[in-house]
Amino acid sequence: MSSSDTSNPDYYHRVVDCQWACPAHTDVPEYIRLIAQQRYTDAYLLNRQSNVFPGILGRVCDRPCEPACRRGRVEDKPVAICRLKRVASDLKGALDGLLPRAPALKNGKRIACVGAGPASLTVANDLVPLGYEVTIFERHAVPGGLMRSNIPSFRLPQNVLDEEIGMIVDMGVALRLDSPIASLRALLDGGGYDAVFVGSGAPKGRELELPGRHETDRIHIGISWLESVAFGHVSSIGKRVLIIGVGNTAMDCCRSSLRLGARRVKVMARKPRGFFKASSWELEDAEEESVEILVKHAPKAFVVQDGRLEGMLFEQLEYEFDGDRVTRERVIGEVTIPCDDVILAIGQENAFPWIERDIGLEFDQWDRPVVDARTFQSTRPQVFFGGDAAQGPKNIIWAVEQGHQAALSIHNYCCGRAVTDRPASAVTLSSRKMGMHEWAYKNDYAALERRLMPHVSLKERFKKLDIEVELGFNAEQAAQEAQRCLNCDVQTVFDAKLCIECDACIDICPVDCLTITHGGDDSELRSRLRAPALVATQPLFVSPLLKQTGRVMVKDENLCVHCGLCAERCPTAAWDMQKSTIHWPQAADGGSTCQPAKLKTA
Amino acid sequence: MTFMAKPNIMHPELPRNSRGMTRRDYEGASSTLCAGCGHDSITAAIVEACWANALEPQNVVKLSGIGCSSKTTAYFVSGGHGFNSVHGRMPSIATGANAANPDLTYIGVSGDGDTLSIGLGQFCHAIRRNLDMVYVIENNGVYGLTKGQFSASADVGSKAKRGETNKQPPIDPVQLAITLGASFVARSFSGDKAQLVPLLQAAMHHRGFALIDVISPCVTFNDHDGSTRSYAYAREHYEEVVHADFVPPAPQIAVAYGEGETQSVTMHDGSRILLRKIEPAYDATDRAVALETIQQRLKQGEYLTGLLYIGSGQPEFHALNGTSEVPLNRLAYAKLNPGPRALATTLAKFR
Repeated sequence: MSSSDTSNPDYYHRVVDCQWACPAHTDVPEYIRLIAQQRYTDAYLLNRQSNVFPGILGRVCDRPCEPACRRGRVEDKPVAICRLKRVASDLKGALDGLLPRAPALKNGKRIACVGAGPASLTVANDLVPLGYEVTIFERHAVPGGLMRSNIPSFRLPQNVLDEEIGMIVDMGVALRLDSPIASLRALLDGGGYDAVFVGSGAPKGRELELPGRHETDRIHIGISWLESVAFGHVSSIGKRVLIIGVGNTAMDCCRSSLRLGARRVKVMARKPRGFFKASSWELEDAEEESVEILVKHAPKAFVVQDGRLEGMLFEQLEYEFDGDRVTRERVIGEVTIPCDDVILAIGQENAFPWIERDIGLEFDQWDRPVVDARTFQSTRPQVFFGGDAAQGPKNIIWAVEQGHQAALSIHNYCCGRAVTDRPASAVTLSSRKMGMHEWAYKNDYAALERRLMPHVSLKERFKKLDIEVELGFNAEQAAQEAQRCLNCDVQTVFDAKLCIECDACIDICPVDCLTITHGGDDSELRSRLRAPALVATQPLFVSPLLKQTGRVMVKDENLCVHCGLCAERCPTAAWDMQKSTIHWPQAADGGSTCQPAKLKTA
Repeated sequence: MTFMAKPNIMHPELPRNSRGMTRRDYEGASSTLCAGCGHDSITAAIVEACWANALEPQNVVKLSGIGCSSKTTAYFVSGGHGFNSVHGRMPSIATGANAANPDLTYIGVSGDGDTLSIGLGQFCHAIRRNLDMVYVIENNGVYGLTKGQFSASADVGSKAKRGETNKQPPIDPVQLAITLGASFVARSFSGDKAQLVPLLQAAMHHRGFALIDVISPCVTFNDHDGSTRSYAYAREHYEEVVHADFVPPAPQIAVAYGEGETQSVTMHDGSRILLRKIEPAYDATDRAVALETIQQRLKQGEYLTGLLYIGSGQPEFHALNGTSEVPLNRLAYAKLNPGPRALATTLAKFR
C-alpha cells in the first residue's frame, strides 16, 4: 500500500469531519474557538463567509455536521455545533463596516434572480461585492422564500430573518417584491440581464389522492398551510388534527396546530420509528409538546359525511426486517381515527409552470430542469439553478452552497470564461507549537457533557404563535460547550524522515490510534492495529517507509482527539500539530472581474 | 515528559482481558521522563504484559532504586504496591517483601547504574537467592540523571555525546546472571514490544529470579552517532536468536511454527513458553552453549536478544530457606508469634 497523499487538500479536510460534512464547508472548529475567546462578532463573520445566514442556520439548520462530529464517536453526543452558531449570532456586536459592500464601480453586468430564498440571496451576496447589479424577483410581499413561509416563527423569529436578509439587500440588491415571474422567455428576452438565476424553491406540496379528498375543505397541504399561517391567512384549526407524514414539515405542522387551537394532534407514520425523515431533535421537540406519533398506519380514505370531515381510515401494517431493511409489509387491520382537520406533509417538489419548454432549456423525464451538478448551469447557458429549484427539496445549507457555486459559474460566464474553469480547493497548514509543552490551542481534553438547550416552559410557549421555544445558550453555556470541540482542524502532521521509532507517541495516545507496523493494504492493515479500525469510512493515515526498520506509521483518524500528546512526546518533532485552513472557492476566488462595459457610479 | 495528563478517555473497542479490564486500567501516573525515552516504552510493555496476564493490580508490587529507570514504577499499575528504595538496594526490599508474602507478583525496575554500579552486590545476591521476581534493567549505557556520564554497561569504544570515548570494559548483566545460576535470562530492546511483552509475561509466570536486560536508548544523552545504545545502533546490531511466546495455562493453543524450530518449556503453573529458534543452532536450555554463543557473537559486535537462557528445577527462595509459603499476613497470630516459650526453645538450640 502506498503512503497517504496528504498534499491532496481533501485529506486534511476530511479529518475535520464537521467541515467536510457541511455542504458549505463552514470552518466549524475555528468559529468555535472564536466563541471560546468571546469573539462573537468574528465568529459570526467567519460563519457568514461560508453559510451566509448564521442566525437562521443556527436555529433551523439540518446540521449534517453534528452526526459527523468526532466527539459523537469518542463519547456519545456531538458538540452542539448548531447551537453555538446561534450564540455567535445572538451575542455578536455591531457589524458596521464589517460586511462586504458593493463597489462604487460596477462591472456592467446585470443578473436576475427568481425567488428571494436562500439560494438567490447567496448569489446576490457573492456577486454584488464583485460589481454585479442583481435584481431579485419575489412573488410574496416579503423576502425569505421557504425560510419565511414554511418555518414557523416559534422556531425562526421574523426579526432574525429580516436582519440577515437585510444584510444582503442593503448591499444594494434590487429587491422586487410582489413580482412573480410569469415567463422566463419574457425575462430573458426583454429584461436585459446577462444571466438569470432560478432559486424559486420547491413550492408544490405533494397530494394524496384518496377517496373523499375533495369533498371537504378541512384537508390541507402542509407547506401551503404553513405559508397561510406564516402570512396570517389562517389563525385557527380544529381540536383534533391528523398530520400525514413524519418529515420536518410534519413536525412544523403539528407544532403550529397546537398553537392555533388544536388539542389532540396525531402524527401518522406509515413506517416504524427509525425510518422517520424528521430530524431527531425535531421529533423530540414535538413529542415534548405532547404530539402523539402513531406508527405503522397507512392512509386509505378520508371519512367525509355530508361535506363534513369525520375522520380518516387507515390500514394497520406489520413489518418484517432484515437488519435495517424492510423485507415484508403486511396489512393486519383497519382503523378509523376521528379528526377535524388533516394536514398532508408527505413531500414537496419544484414546479416550473412559468418556464416555457421551447426556449432551449431541457427538462428531464420527471419534468425537472437538467442542471449540471457542479456548475448549476442549465442547458440554456445563460440560466442557472440552485437550491430546491435545482435538485428538489433539501435544506437551507444546501441551497446556500449551491448559490455559492452558481454565483461562481455566473461570474465565469459573464466574464467570458468557461463555467468549468473553477479554482481548486486548497489547504494551508501552520504549526501550533509555541514551546516545550505549549500549543497555540487548548489541547487539554474537556470531559464535559453536551449542554442542554433551555426551552420556554410548556405553559408559556403556546400563548402566542411566535414565541421562540429555544432560548439559546448564554455566554457561560456557550463557553462550556465550546470546550467540547476537539479542534480536529489542528492536524497531526507526520514527517517520516524524522521518526526514530521510539514508540513514544504510540504509548501515550489515549485512544490507541497509532501503530508502527509493516505495510499492507488498507483492509488488511485495519485488522492488525493496536485498536481495531472498524469505521471504514474514516481514513487510515499511512506514512512513507520509516528509515530504521522500513515499517510504516499508521494512524486511524477515526477517534483521534487531537490532544497533541503524540507531538509532545515526540523527541524529534516528527509529529507536529498544525492548524489546517481549508479554502473552499467561491465567486470572489474566481478570475478577475469583468471589465465594465461602461462606467457607472453607484 | 508532558504537562498535560493523558485524557481519561479510550477507544471504545479496546480489548478486555479475563477480568474485564483494558490496558488503560494498568496505567500509572504521567511520565516525567524525556520525550522519546526508551524507559517509557518499557513501561508501556509492562502495562501490556500485566493486562495480558490479567493481573489483579492490588497483587502487583513495584520496586525500584534510584535513577531515571527507577522513576518508572510510578508510571504503571497505579493500583499496585510500590517502593522506591535507596540507590541500588531494591533487591533487599524485594527480598524482605517476598519473604513476607510470596503470593504477589514482584516487578523490580532498575537501571544500569542502579544495578551494575552501586547495586551490583545486591543484584548478584538476589540472583543467588533465586528470589521470585521479575527484574528489569532499563539499560542505556549512561547516567542520564547526572547528564550522561558512561555507566558500567557502556561498551568499549562507545562515544559520549560530548565526544569522549569509553575505555573501560562493560559489565554484561546477561552473562553475569547466567554465570551466577539465574534460571530465566533474557535480553530485549525497548523498541521491540513484539519481543518484550511475551518475555515479560513469561517472566511473571516464572518461579524464581527472571532477569530481562532491556536496551533502552537515552534520547537526551545517548542517541547519537558513535553511541552503541542508540535506537539506530540497536536496530542494526541486536539479533534475536530465540523468540519466546508465552502460552497461558489453560487452553491448548495450536501453534503455527514449523516442527523442529520450536521448543516448549512448561512452567510450574502449567503455562508454557514456546521458544521459536531464529538461529537453529542456539539452545536456550543449555547454559554452557548459551554463554559460549553470547560471548562469541559479542566479539563480532552483535548482541543476541530473546530468551537467552531458561533453566528449570532450581529451587526458589522459599524452598531454599524453608520459609513460610503462606503469606505472613494470613498466618494466625499464635503461629506468627508463638510466644516466649517457643522463643526460649529456639534460642536454646544455639546455646
